[in-house]
Amino acid sequence: MRALFFLAVIGAAAAVAVALRSTPAANSITLCNTCPPGFELTDNNLCKLRSLYQLYESGQGNEPGVGGLKTALPNVRDGFTPQQIDLGRYLFFDPVLSNDGTVSCATCHQPDKGFSDGLKTSVGLHNTTLKRAAPSLWNVAFYKKFFWDARATSLEEQMTGPLYSPDEMGTTREQLLKTLNAIESYRDLFQQAFPSRTSGAIALDEIYTAITAFESSLISLNSRYDQYAHGYHEALRKEEIEGLNIFRSFVARCAECHTPPLFTNQQVAVIGLASPEGAAFDAGAQETFHDASLRGAFKVPSLRNIDRTAPYTHAGRFNSLREMIAFYSAGRGHEVPPTEKLHIHWHIWEPKLTDYEMDRLVDFVKTLTDESFMPRAPESLPSGIAIDKNKNQKTLSSLSPNTP
Amino acid sequence: MKIAKRILLVVAIFAIGIYCGKLFFGRGSDIPAPVPTYFSQSAQPGDSVGIGAGTVTGKIIDVKNGSSIQEAVGKASPGDLIRIYPGVYHETVYIDKDNISLQGVIVNGEWPTLDGEKKQNDAILYSGNGVLVENLKITNYKGNGIMGQAGNNYVIRNNWIVDTGVYGIFPQFGKNGVVERNILSGIEDAAIYIGMCDNVDVRFNEVYGNVAGIEIENSRHALVEYNYAHDNTGGILAFLTPGLPIKTCYDVIIRNNYVYNNNTKNFGAVGSTVSHIPKGTGMLIMAADDITIENNIVTGNDNAGITITDYGYAGVDHASDPESEPNSDRITLLDNFMSNNGADPVADVKAIMMTKLSKLGPDIIAVGGGQGSCVVNPGRYRTFGLDAYANCQARDTRSVKTYLLDKPVAPRVTATIEKGKMTYYGVCSGCHAYSTRLVGPPVNTIQALYKNNAQGIVDFIANPVHKRDDYPEMPPQNYLTEETRKAVAEYMLSLTK
Repeated sequence: MRALFFLAVIGAAAAVAVALRSTPAANSITLCNTCPPGFELTDNNLCKLRSLYQLYESGQGNEPGVGGLKTALPNVRDGFTPQQIDLGRYLFFDPVLSNDGTVSCATCHQPDKGFSDGLKTSVGLHNTTLKRAAPSLWNVAFYKKFFWDARATSLEEQMTGPLYSPDEMGTTREQLLKTLNAIESYRDLFQQAFPSRTSGAIALDEIYTAITAFESSLISLNSRYDQYAHGYHEALRKEEIEGLNIFRSFVARCAECHTPPLFTNQQVAVIGLASPEGAAFDAGAQETFHDASLRGAFKVPSLRNIDRTAPYTHAGRFNSLREMIAFYSAGRGHEVPPTEKLHIHWHIWEPKLTDYEMDRLVDFVKTLTDESFMPRAPESLPSGIAIDKNKNQKTLSSLSPNTP
Repeated sequence: MKIAKRILLVVAIFAIGIYCGKLFFGRGSDIPAPVPTYFSQSAQPGDSVGIGAGTVTGKIIDVKNGSSIQEAVGKASPGDLIRIYPGVYHETVYIDKDNISLQGVIVNGEWPTLDGEKKQNDAILYSGNGVLVENLKITNYKGNGIMGQAGNNYVIRNNWIVDTGVYGIFPQFGKNGVVERNILSGIEDAAIYIGMCDNVDVRFNEVYGNVAGIEIENSRHALVEYNYAHDNTGGILAFLTPGLPIKTCYDVIIRNNYVYNNNTKNFGAVGSTVSHIPKGTGMLIMAADDITIENNIVTGNDNAGITITDYGYAGVDHASDPESEPNSDRITLLDNFMSNNGADPVADVKAIMMTKLSKLGPDIIAVGGGQGSCVVNPGRYRTFGLDAYANCQARDTRSVKTYLLDKPVAPRVTATIEKGKMTYYGVCSGCHAYSTRLVGPPVNTIQALYKNNAQGIVDFIANPVHKRDDYPEMPPQNYLTEETRKAVAEYMLSLTK
């Protein structure tokens, strides 16, 4: 029965994915005038997030986002127009943004892989293998820091990393502006999305705003865990509740850094991972903050939709959740190379979890899956680049649901 | 002098109380029972009214030996009291509901005991507001005795906690709570750990034989008074720990405590912050601000009576946090009774002693940065590093009776109209838009079908049936309460776009 229900939810999610926005032919696109799911359209044509977690702001008891079940969300990045969000969706999936028209944002942030890519570390332009794994984009609207090493403080700043990195999308500011301004369809779409602009030319800020708007619409807060948190205790099976209790216990201590409701406390932490074989030690946030005590520190990733984003860690070290959990149980600093002196986080210790407990933890974190607000990839792109050129988009449309 | 006398009297009564506790409750064990309630000066009926917890408005559920406390919690509704009778209970009890009271019933000195047998992680976990836990003996857990996460308005009192692993009593992210008249021993980190909380009173507890007795960490507005902290590695601590989401620790009053002989060898877990605390630490203030220390008796702590420091002390090796200010600022040291501290200090302190030509370690030592601190009558104590401390303007903290709020923190969910809206957008909008088809039918179609019939929607969505061939069957929304379904149905019927 539970399985059936779950299938129904998956089916519903897939159906949303298709039905959400219908996309006319590339050269006569009208941007969507309604908000994505999860957002209310205000009288000023802005999309504002609405979530059951916002009900808990009224209690004024606890700081938002730091743990507990009925707990408020951190500040959200919302208030974009439906048109900006929809334009961002086209840009996000369009490889025209890269140097040679082969890599889009969605190449490494694939919707059906939790907006990651299933690789140990991502692959950029000309099949260049990159240093780190692509992080999921679900719920980025709530984040204050971006990249594994926390070096960007806004989505706008973050995207300039991959866009202009020669190994990732490899374009330049000049090339990007030139390319988009040369496409009539995009000129028209930017005018729709930014109607009060004075110049007719597409500007960098508008590109960043639109992609930020789309990324900020990726909300996942409707998992079975959330139903439990809101008070429906039958939403989780006995084994999953056992997992929740291990998760928040002070033996496993998972909930100390992966704090509900986002399942990240948004801090950086040194957990003492070794590098993948043959790779140099990754200094992580040491370089961002010029602080040797942060050597090997990385941002605490959210566990929302974690079942979709294997392999795990900034370098894809572990293929399964079970292996990832076993790392935490195997002892403080057990992987640290002898040449490194790391300031390992105090919550990393040796909890000696039993196999049974580790299995229950896996059960629990899998209840954090919710893709009911999955956006749909465009059927065609304003650039005219064939959508099937991007294998990831093809994968998504193969989710094809039960519509005629 | 009068004050000092009074303190001595209180301590004497305290000692007698402990002795009597041992006499009456501790037969067959050397661990004393909680101090009887009459000892508490504030133990008036209804003294937790400002907290709200323990106000029983519902039914009483009895749990007898051989049955499960968790089963009772499962059956309980907000306002219920669960009474636990003597017996041994091997379980983890979690309370994800509001206003639940767990009350041990002690019969002829026999306590209801939660025993984790060193197999279970935590004895009690709670996330609800208004949770009360009292009169329980808790022992042999691996993680915590009692741990709260974001539960406000909590009362934790009269519990007897022996070796429950990392922490004994650990309210985390809670606002407005009291931890009083508990006795805790054998904890490998902090026996009472107030983590990232606001507005808390910690009073009349006895903590001994732990690595840390009482720790106030990244919390604000904490009153620590009338506690007896002895034979720990460190007695009473106030820390700002870096790398946590709460970046401040301030406004802590530590007064009228008895901090005695905290010379137990450190048995903290490798890597934990407290594993760096030198044995013989009476009080330790690290990177916390606006701390007032008043009227304590601090004696016989072999390293130092009171240590005030930044992170650069005692080998603490946390990664730094650009958002956490590392100095202890505006420390106010009022009248305290200190003697016989510093008999056997660690090497770092000995090195300072050499420069001072002192044969004994300090009553008070301040190292590292910090500003705006002051001390009253420092000539009474052996002090290191207080040269920059001014003479205090403040003379006492009498105006602060408590840090509890006048009334409980408000319940988390209030407005029904908001609930309808939040549920519609937060849940329903994944499948329903106003005038276009997503997965399910558009809202305006639903409005036409259910005009003035919100109850029809309430009933349907709890148990949907497949009505139309051109739409998939709706998954049941029975996880929403009837009240929530009503709110969202009404909201859907009121939508205009």
